[in-house]
Amino acid sequence: MENNTQIQSKVRRIKEQIFLIAVFLCAVIAVIPLFSVIGYVFVKGIGAIDFNFFTQLPAPVGETGGGMGNAVVGTFILVVLSCLLGLPIGIFGGIWLAQFGGGKRGFMIRYAADVLSSIPSIVIGIFAYVLIVTTMKRFSAIAGGFALGIIMIPTVTRTTEEMIKMIPRSLYEAGLALGIPEWRVTLSIVFRTAWNGVFTGIMLSVSRIMGETAPLLFTAFNSMYWNFSIDQPMSSMTVQIYNYAISPFAEWHAKAWAGSLTLVALVLGITLLVRKFSKRVRYG
Amino acid sequence: MKNKGDVWFKRITFLFASSIPFLLFILVFILLQKSLPAIVEFGPGFVFGTVWDPLADKFSALPFIYGTMISSLIALAIAVPLGMGCAIYLSEVSQSKFKEYIAVMVELLAAIPSVVYGLWGIFVLGPWLVKIIPGMTYGTCMLTGGVILAIMILPTITAISREVFQAVPYNLRESAMALGATKWECFKLAIFGPATSGIIGAIILGLGRALGETMAVTMVIGNRPKISASLFAPAYTLASVIANEFAEATSDLNLSALIELALILLVITILINGVARLLVWKTTLKYNPR
Repeated sequence: MENNTQIQSKVRRIKEQIFLIAVFLCAVIAVIPLFSVIGYVFVKGIGAIDFNFFTQLPAPVGETGGGMGNAVVGTFILVVLSCLLGLPIGIFGGIWLAQFGGGKRGFMIRYAADVLSSIPSIVIGIFAYVLIVTTMKRFSAIAGGFALGIIMIPTVTRTTEEMIKMIPRSLYEAGLALGIPEWRVTLSIVFRTAWNGVFTGIMLSVSRIMGETAPLLFTAFNSMYWNFSIDQPMSSMTVQIYNYAISPFAEWHAKAWAGSLTLVALVLGITLLVRKFSKRVRYG
Repeated sequence: MKNKGDVWFKRITFLFASSIPFLLFILVFILLQKSLPAIVEFGPGFVFGTVWDPLADKFSALPFIYGTMISSLIALAIAVPLGMGCAIYLSEVSQSKFKEYIAVMVELLAAIPSVVYGLWGIFVLGPWLVKIIPGMTYGTCMLTGGVILAIMILPTITAISREVFQAVPYNLRESAMALGATKWECFKLAIFGPATSGIIGAIILGLGRALGETMAVTMVIGNRPKISASLFAPAYTLASVIANEFAEATSDLNLSALIELALILLVITILINGVARLLVWKTTLKYNPR
């Protein structure tokens, strides 16, 4: 009888060990792709990166050298454009939701933001295409920035709302007690206190849209030349990497790796920096 | 008498806030309107037909729906056990500092741009899979697409499952431990039950991400609009065909058919996300009412 319980407890302990080892292995396997991606991007990309890579235009097939300077600039222009659309809607929308969004209308808007965040980015690209590209009759940076801006809206809205709601109510009431109008209290006291967290959310969504390719394929399209006018097609790092990656030429593949290295360094750099300052926000 | 500034402040912020549902409404309206020609031309047969021939102006969606579904299911088959295990490790098992590193690294997995995964998939993952799996001859096929998707949805499933596990009250764990349960028994008896609907929600949210993911899949799945039973054959997804053909659509009907594909994708993802969020809310709100 006693023997039986001993065996039983041994079996239980073995089961526990298997469980512990299995979940530990899961955790280890889960991070292997990260190391593989970063490792390959670094090793294969570092060789093709030099000063020219950031200052020169793409070289035609067969010619050595060249870079993706225009694509780096293009990505930054697209990010600025998308901020012009995404930030006002996201920030003011978030403020409204936090301050006045308790009722039915608040629920509806929050729900709409949730739905918007679940829409595949390529579908948003089609939206921008129909709305802007067909009206302007050409691909343009404006259309690309519009698509990326819409992708930003839900994240910025949600973080703004959450960050403002974390500010203690007493701060708000103290402001009102001083006789300051509500809107000044909201903007200059509550929002300013919440700004660090809001900024974190903004940077995370900027790093996300920097890596977006799909909505740019038929909005901002691509360009092999320097272009600073926003009503023209504009190249971006992601689209350029894509075109290089699916081409049959080895020297273009090298450029794709180098572009990826730049992009990954930027995106992971922003994510890690922002994480250091705030631990509360995460990807939506 | 209310302050005039306050009245205007409320109005202006409301204007911005209400532009979100407004944009959503226009988006759905535009997709419906632009896909109308294809809907009228092909009717419900669009969803069940297998021909995609831009030169003959004949379009139908089944190969793409099939490719999207199967590649996402492969992704779930890999990412669900892995992500769950990872979440259990992070929330229930480990107390060490190592755990925080794992959590950050899984989060970074979500930050890597999709096009970089695609590049890595073409030149690293695909050839590697060909090497280790007998019978697989091409790196660009359904299986590679599924595996890439699995890696990309792993952070979603891990993060949300972890959140759900942590929402389960501590006294349930403590009661199980007090009865002498091992960690495995504690998980099985005290945590898994209350967390079930939340976990299903996490899985469905992962599925939602996999369905809409475009670039990485487009680069590794082979892009051939044929239904094939083999996982080693090239396939095509809804999002991929849009990415490949939209800028070069040959006719208005072609464009309209592509937009109808986008509409199908939109409806599927909205439905799936709606269900998933409901399930996650159910668990987290049950134990931590806000």
